Amino acid sequence: MAKKQLMPWFNTVRPKYERVMKNSMSFQIIGTGSAYPVCIKTNDELSQLVDTTDEWISSRTGIKSRHISTTESLSELAVTAAKQALEDANVKSEELSLIICATIQGDYVTPSLACVVQKEIGAKCPAFDVNAACSGFIYGLDIALGYYERKKADKVLIIAAETMSKHVNWKDRATCVLFGDGAGAVVLSAGDGLVAIKTTASGATDILTIPGRTGNNPFSEPKAMDDYLYMNGPEVFKFAVTSMCRDLKDVIAAAGLTETEIDMVLPHQANLKIIEGAMNRLKIPEEKYYGNIEHSGNISAASIPILLDELNKAGLIKKGFKLALSSFGGGLTSAACVIKWNKEAVQK
Amino acid sequence: MTVLNKVAEILADHTDVAVEEITMETNFEKLGLDSLDMVDLVMQMEEEFDVKIAINQQLAQVSDLVKLIEGLQN
Repeated sequence: MAKKQLMPWFNTVRPKYERVMKNSMSFQIIGTGSAYPVCIKTNDELSQLVDTTDEWISSRTGIKSRHISTTESLSELAVTAAKQALEDANVKSEELSLIICATIQGDYVTPSLACVVQKEIGAKCPAFDVNAACSGFIYGLDIALGYYERKKADKVLIIAAETMSKHVNWKDRATCVLFGDGAGAVVLSAGDGLVAIKTTASGATDILTIPGRTGNNPFSEPKAMDDYLYMNGPEVFKFAVTSMCRDLKDVIAAAGLTETEIDMVLPHQANLKIIEGAMNRLKIPEEKYYGNIEHSGNISAASIPILLDELNKAGLIKKGFKLALSSFGGGLTSAACVIKWNKEAVQK
Repeated sequence: MTVLNKVAEILADHTDVAVEEITMETNFEKLGLDSLDMVDLVMQMEEEFDVKIAINQQLAQVSDLVKLIEGLQN
């Protein structure tokens, strides 16, 4: 009795509080960019490394391949994505008011990844990192919103970049196949694109963890931690599906819309089954869901902005489209927002 | 709808098996359900029957799930 194959049914591109911002100034996205490391590892190639198969991975997750950093640093990926977004927005780095990088960990603990990018692109503005794991990009948008509300920002660069390959145990077949590396970026300007946004946290130290440094302090006995990323799959799945359903309903309602009025859903690309689980519970038509997990794997915070850039570059996002973004992951955190797309579609 | 009927309906939706072929003895692993499919199944049962089920239940076959839910309903 064969199980239905988990096929990517979405339109593939080879890509703890709510606000209602109707009639208020918020921001709009005026440029997008992304960068992947050059090296691609397929499921078949990973099955040479750990005891797994293409069938096992793709039927359970929808992932067929992922990009893995070899010679590229995370800073280089972040800078490439940033430069693309600035070019797409027709904005010079000197015009930036703020740089926020969403990342679990940059190449350095300090300087922050945002500071490294600031140096490399020649910007002069404040720069800092935010770690909300997979929800980091939307948390970053929420932080930027505050700057716009205080009228403290003109152009803002938000980058989300991860090298998950540094955090996984490459001997653990259950986890090393799930993740990938990459960076995505957006440039914001004042506007009315962001219509509703929500962020949540449910702190937990035993469900999804990546250990920090403990150093060699001879006077302390640090608490024992796993050496690499640990994840309780079933608990994370339940949290993710529940969050995605609840958060999307909340922000769509806060935006004064119905689920059927959403033009595109961009979910965090962690696992196709999570998205299917939410899709089966929501009223948003199936064809409105977009994804690229087949070739990206789970890139944590970078997942959504990379997908956004792929859709933008493919000319699929039309002016006036209402996009619903939804993320969930480490923390445990979740976040969602509705954005009205004010850019003209890229002509193909 | 009885608990068994609802389980059968959900399983038929997730797999190539017809509703009529699902019995109390149907084994979840033999149907090809993995750990995440099981979590989704349990979540749907929670939603349908308004009960709370812990994630780490040992559910090998349909009767395990049916008995668990009927127990929570009483």
